[in-house]
Amino acid sequence: MSFPILSSLILLPTIGALFLFFTKDKDGNNSTAKYVALFTSIVNFLISIYLWISFDQSISDFQFVEDRTWIEGFINYKVGVDGISILFIILTTFITPLCIISVNNSVKNRLRDFLIAILIMESFMIGVFCALDLVVFYLFFEAGLIPMFLIIGIWGGPKRVYSAFKFFLYTLLGSVLMLVAIISIYWISGTTDVVKLYEIGIDAKYQNLLWLAFFSSFAVKTPMWPVHTWLPDAHVEAPTAGSVLLAAILLKMAGYGFIRFSLGLFPVASEVFTPLIYTLSVIAIIFTSFIALMQEDMKKLIAYSSVAHMGFVTLGIFTLQQQGIEGSIIQMISHGLVSAALFLCVGVVYDRMHSRMINSYGGIVAIIPKYSILFMLFTLAALGLPGTSGFIGEFLILMGAFKDNFLVAVLASLGVILGAAYMLWLYKRVVFGKLVNEDLKKMLDLNKSEYLILTCLAIPTLFFGFYPDPLINTIEVSVSDLINMHNINLASK
Amino acid sequence: MENLNLILPEIFISLSIMFLLVLGVFKKNSSGITFNLSLFVFLISAIIAINETFSVNRETLFNGSVVIDKMSSFMKIITLLGGFLVLVISSSYLKIFKIFNIEYPVLILSSVLGMMVMISSNDLIVFYMGLELQSLALYVLATYNRDQLKSSEAGLKYFVLSALSSGLLLYGCSLIYGFSGSTNFDVISTQLNSNEYVLTFGIVFILVGLAFKISAVPFHMWAPDVYEGSPTTVTLFFTMVPKIAALTVFIRFLYVPFLNLIDQWQMIIVFLSIASMLFGAIAAIGQTNIKRLVAYSSIGHIGYTLAGLATASNEGIQSSIIYISIYVVMNLALFSCLLMLRRNNQYYEDIDDLSGLSKNHPLLSLSLLVILFSLAGIPPLAGFFAKFYVFKAVLEQSMYFLAIVGLLSTVVAAFYYLRIIKIMYFDKEKGKYDTDHSLWLKFSLTFSTILILLYFIFPSQLIEVVSRINII
Repeated sequence: MSFPILSSLILLPTIGALFLFFTKDKDGNNSTAKYVALFTSIVNFLISIYLWISFDQSISDFQFVEDRTWIEGFINYKVGVDGISILFIILTTFITPLCIISVNNSVKNRLRDFLIAILIMESFMIGVFCALDLVVFYLFFEAGLIPMFLIIGIWGGPKRVYSAFKFFLYTLLGSVLMLVAIISIYWISGTTDVVKLYEIGIDAKYQNLLWLAFFSSFAVKTPMWPVHTWLPDAHVEAPTAGSVLLAAILLKMAGYGFIRFSLGLFPVASEVFTPLIYTLSVIAIIFTSFIALMQEDMKKLIAYSSVAHMGFVTLGIFTLQQQGIEGSIIQMISHGLVSAALFLCVGVVYDRMHSRMINSYGGIVAIIPKYSILFMLFTLAALGLPGTSGFIGEFLILMGAFKDNFLVAVLASLGVILGAAYMLWLYKRVVFGKLVNEDLKKMLDLNKSEYLILTCLAIPTLFFGFYPDPLINTIEVSVSDLINMHNINLASK
Repeated sequence: MENLNLILPEIFISLSIMFLLVLGVFKKNSSGITFNLSLFVFLISAIIAINETFSVNRETLFNGSVVIDKMSSFMKIITLLGGFLVLVISSSYLKIFKIFNIEYPVLILSSVLGMMVMISSNDLIVFYMGLELQSLALYVLATYNRDQLKSSEAGLKYFVLSALSSGLLLYGCSLIYGFSGSTNFDVISTQLNSNEYVLTFGIVFILVGLAFKISAVPFHMWAPDVYEGSPTTVTLFFTMVPKIAALTVFIRFLYVPFLNLIDQWQMIIVFLSIASMLFGAIAAIGQTNIKRLVAYSSIGHIGYTLAGLATASNEGIQSSIIYISIYVVMNLALFSCLLMLRRNNQYYEDIDDLSGLSKNHPLLSLSLLVILFSLAGIPPLAGFFAKFYVFKAVLEQSMYFLAIVGLLSTVVAAFYYLRIIKIMYFDKEKGKYDTDHSLWLKFSLTFSTILILLYFIFPSQLIEVVSRINII
């Protein structure tokens, strides 16, 4: 058996966290802990890059598969990656070191504990993206609640308790139904191994209920309208690094789950429920865009824009077209980069002025020009300007949607316009305009670490905007295979 | 001649009890030595139990009135280890309240003896004898801190209600005897005929009595008061050990004499299970005293155990046994934490006393965090697997309603566990607690927490042991 590279990806952050646990916790400036955490996460990132390089893009099978007996005769610990999951793993390992660098400015107390929580979170998230057994997937999916609950609850803002509880209970409520579905699948098909389930399929008469049970979990996590209300609360109260993790990676678990499980395991039901997903996605895109327009709080605005963007993602996935699904994946990666950057941008001004209200800013372009330029870049990427990664995703999704359903595509395109409206208006109110608040004059421009983080995020945003081939090549075979399999299953039922 | 080796642990314990009593009479200040000796008694009888009975498939003694099988030996070993651990972490608590007497270990030993008789019983009379032996010892243990009003109240309440339930149980037994003409479980199972409607009354009376002993809703009323009033170490004993014995008897009653009457009792068990899960989850939300909260949470946990029993399958029984084993470990961990909340020789029991614990006692609060998430059933901790096995068994029988209600009540229950975590981690800190705990207390907390935390790495071992238990 070859070297268990995926398990080491999962385990390494936990080992780092254990190591941190034994370092001494000094209040204030705890640089040892930070370097340990940073080192661990960067090593993890390098391993994942190595994984991407040695990944064979021409076959759609799962690669680097590890299969070990875990519970005798019942569950195997099975992990592996295909073109779809590998991108999410790299996104996770890429965002985590940036989060760790960013804690300098936002987390004041108990830095060590915060880093432990982030590293353990990273382990769980990588686990979600490479699990090939439903129970293993559920385990990682749910376990992520614990560190996130603590991150929001301990280091969050004034209403943190309410937000942390809301986040935890909403997600748990959605997930327990998925657990019922997973166990039922075991009794119906005799296995929870995803690869085997792809082959043997699930009896069509059970699919609708099972699909709904999975949907209840993923819809909360995505989040889809009308169960999105936990997200703005969680984002507003979470510390910057927590918001970044939440927006960039946690929300992607559900999109990934839709592709891997809802489409892959329940082709008949996915067909049946496509109108439902379309309706909810279009409502999410248009309705939350309007809500975003009215927000006074920058973080809330970006949180609502996340809901709208995830609306595009769910729309694209259920077009069941090559372009649509590829677009959704790229949109998720792009949203991971851009929303992370936007939350960091809000974090930058918040650390200086301790306000997230839009109206307390204005006219800062002359005071902090570097910041304004980078913020502009990410604003444009969020609204999907050609040349940024946001454009590729939205464009492909709309292309897929036009093939499938004209009306839905037109309505979703409206969302693009609204997206431009609220993002540009936000930018205008924060950066341009008259300088009213005199305190703003004392603001310092980006310091080295902030500059580094935002540039790190800007490079892939632009690079994939102009040259998305590396992404598309990676996912192409897996996606087309998924669609083929879907059609074959559909035809045979 | 019967093979008395099979009940050697029981014989050994009864002789030890007599010896310890005599020792207490003739030697002054012998409480310390009695304590240590009883610890040895527990360990030795556990070793004997493992040696003599673990490989036995199924044997009966005394005209089939005592049965030794895989279930009884497994449950006896947990009971003995549970008794050992309770005793070992009690001493410092008892010393502070100046109730460190010889009676305490002797009472614990005799109630454990009663439980072991219950676990092995295959006859209504043997069963009742064991039940009364353990109950009588428990009444006294509940009032053990006799200078405190609450403790005496707890004991009296427990006595009155428990005697009532024993009466019901006995009435049920007499009805069953009347219809079957025998007190032996194996004989009853061949004699009973489901057409006898009055028989259902007998079963219901017995189930009521047993439901009372494991505090399933709607026979739970005594639990919060008794748990709150009893000395903390006794409460720990209450939440762990008697439940194991009562559950074993529950399983044996349902699946040996009454298996053919499954239509009559399955609905009752499903109802008890759903009511306990929901009530335990909802009623715990408003509690401010940790021991009371634990009482409600244990009612909820009993609901999950009963869900496994309701399935009428071997997998269901095994999942219940796994559940109760993991639950025992979690409770031990929880109470070890509770016993560490001591400041100036005073114990603190309110949830608010945990406020900001994570600042002053990071390790203690981290363990408590792990334990509470495990009790709430969040993966990858042991509590999740316990629930997972139960629901796996429940869904195998396509009992979707039971599974969904159970899982939804875990969400409600998660709320009050989260509330404690919130108080520990998010709230302002209060004063420090003493840290000079006995080595055993520290050991039991570390050991059980690590077991909970790392159970997911080796989940197969427990399943393998339990999967040998085949009742049906």
